[in-house]
Amino acid sequence: MASTDAISGLRFDLNQGSVRDLNQRLHQPGGGGPVLIANPGGRHAIAVGLDAPWKVEIDGHVGYYCAGMNQQASVRVRGNCGVGVAENMMSGVVNVDGSASQAAGATARGGMLVINGDASARCGISLKGADIVVRGSVGHMSAFMAQRGALVVCGDAGEALGDSLYEARLYVRGSVGSLGADCVEKDVRAEHLEQLRGLLAAAGVDDADPLEFRRFGSARQLYNFHVDNLGAY
Amino acid sequence: MAAENGAAPGAGWHPGLQESATFDRGSIAEIQRAAREGIYDIRGFGAKRKVPHFDDLLFLGASVSRYPLEGYRERCGTEVVIGTRYAREPVKLDIPITIAGMSFGALSGQAKEALGRGATELGTSTTTGDGGMTPEEREHSRTLVYQLLPSRYGMNPDDLRRADAIEIVVGQGAKPGGGGMLLGQKISERVAAMRDLPPGIDQRSACRHPDWTGPDDLEIKVEELREITDWRIPIYVKVGAARPYYDVALAVKAGADAIVLDGMQGGTAATQNVFIEHVGIPILAAIPQAVQSLVDLGLHRQVQLIVSGGIRTGADVAKALALGADAVSIGVAALIALGDNAPEHDAAYREIGSAAGYYDDWQAGLDPAGISTQDPDLAARLDPVEAGHRLANYLRVLTLETQTLARACGKSHVHNLEPEDLVALTVEAAAMAKVPLAGTSWIPGLS
Repeated sequence: MASTDAISGLRFDLNQGSVRDLNQRLHQPGGGGPVLIANPGGRHAIAVGLDAPWKVEIDGHVGYYCAGMNQQASVRVRGNCGVGVAENMMSGVVNVDGSASQAAGATARGGMLVINGDASARCGISLKGADIVVRGSVGHMSAFMAQRGALVVCGDAGEALGDSLYEARLYVRGSVGSLGADCVEKDVRAEHLEQLRGLLAAAGVDDADPLEFRRFGSARQLYNFHVDNLGAY
Repeated sequence: MAAENGAAPGAGWHPGLQESATFDRGSIAEIQRAAREGIYDIRGFGAKRKVPHFDDLLFLGASVSRYPLEGYRERCGTEVVIGTRYAREPVKLDIPITIAGMSFGALSGQAKEALGRGATELGTSTTTGDGGMTPEEREHSRTLVYQLLPSRYGMNPDDLRRADAIEIVVGQGAKPGGGGMLLGQKISERVAAMRDLPPGIDQRSACRHPDWTGPDDLEIKVEELREITDWRIPIYVKVGAARPYYDVALAVKAGADAIVLDGMQGGTAATQNVFIEHVGIPILAAIPQAVQSLVDLGLHRQVQLIVSGGIRTGADVAKALALGADAVSIGVAALIALGDNAPEHDAAYREIGSAAGYYDDWQAGLDPAGISTQDPDLAARLDPVEAGHRLANYLRVLTLETQTLARACGKSHVHNLEPEDLVALTVEAAAMAKVPLAGTSWIPGLS
């Protein structure tokens, strides 16, 4: 099911071969270079656990956990994603042309996730250092318990944004349904504008002015359990 | 009545004093503490209340109808293989006693190293915990199970590939349905860095996984982990004992190679006392339900069952295996073997309001034994080599005791122990363990 072209690199047709065969090939030592995956058909766990400078293009929709735990690789999905795209990513770039389901970029520790459509609930949940840029809107409970990294939302954010937030930075251009516990709006200073400019540029977003964004972060009132905060628990 | 609850009558006591069975001194003290502090009691250790347990079972032993094996001559096998269902490289252990998941963070680095040393000496496995895998732990553990927990603290694919098995933690016996909190006083620079959080703040561990909900999602999560590790290593699913028949069935359906079932007596580093004592069911009641689930699926002994929660002796191990488990796991007992609650620390325990034999404030980071702490001076009190040797000794005794009981029942392998070898001392234990009340053929609910 795999074929190699000297110019365009590896090509996998998932109507002809299995996800197992694909991932096994991409896990071989010394990997890297262009890979085209045809007919993904919403299959789960496509291109997971990569640890080489592959440049993967997936021509269609994918199921759960596409590019999960990615290291080094660049993965582009020319379609929509199921739950948990780029979950626990360590490095590299994952770019989704369409929209993403729940828990996009969950617990991701490094690298960048770009979603050109919308992201559903819990985008960036427990984020641990990666950067996520969403050109559309995100659903409720996004950045729940997010620890490090940044979530940039060019559209709107749903309810309970940043609930129980730690040190992650959240930027939203549109409306916010509501803020979660311990999440507050903060001033946008020069350092934040500079970070935003960098993130938008890295994500290829050239139609959003950093000055249009608001910043949200942790009030740090719930960092240590205290009975006086009982109403917040 | 006053003397019945264990405490010696003090000055002024006289036989006319009557203690309430409902509002006993412990209950009164807790009401007074709650009124004073306004916050629930958080502690470590496991359930302290008395529940039906392995003590309520007895082995019948061999006699005319069955012949025993010679204790010092005839072999009684103890090896166990875990993960034969799907993994290319199943976990092979020399003894059916494993070390439960306990985090670096909750425990000192020295304690984690000692667990690895002791387990490796006896050819068994240790398990990481909430907070990731440390290089020392990997180095000193021949077989290391890497936990995937809801918090995903420290989770990374390199460690996943370095592991010998993966354990997806859905819950634990001390708090089925609960998350956790590592209090700020135990968050050193190193612990904080491993968890991607600032030092000194409470680190909450979520009660649900961030990227899957329910058994159908779990099946896909298992598939992803297998793909990342190229179907090489086993995947366990750990559940707290609550509804074991259904939880086991769903975990098996999701593709688990092995089930880890933790009874309510299982330990914790920090949980509300009310949670520890009032949620979940005893391991004695849970094992038969889990085994029945596997039997009904035709997968008993193909999907291995590892049980935990209150294992102290070889008798406990043997009884768990006889009820159908493939292996057991120890946490609290392993820490006690390392030196937790040791009499030599009694004076230090008393200085912090406890005493040897009672210490359970594992959440506080003040452990005089150097085990449940991140204080470098306290942690330095624990010699990982000596503590590891004590654990190895303890594991040897557990194994020898288990073999002794198995041979007495005529078994050439500890896995040949079976429910037919057991009777119960109480009606409750007979009903839970589904073995006859001693001296009768009566199994409540079945016969």
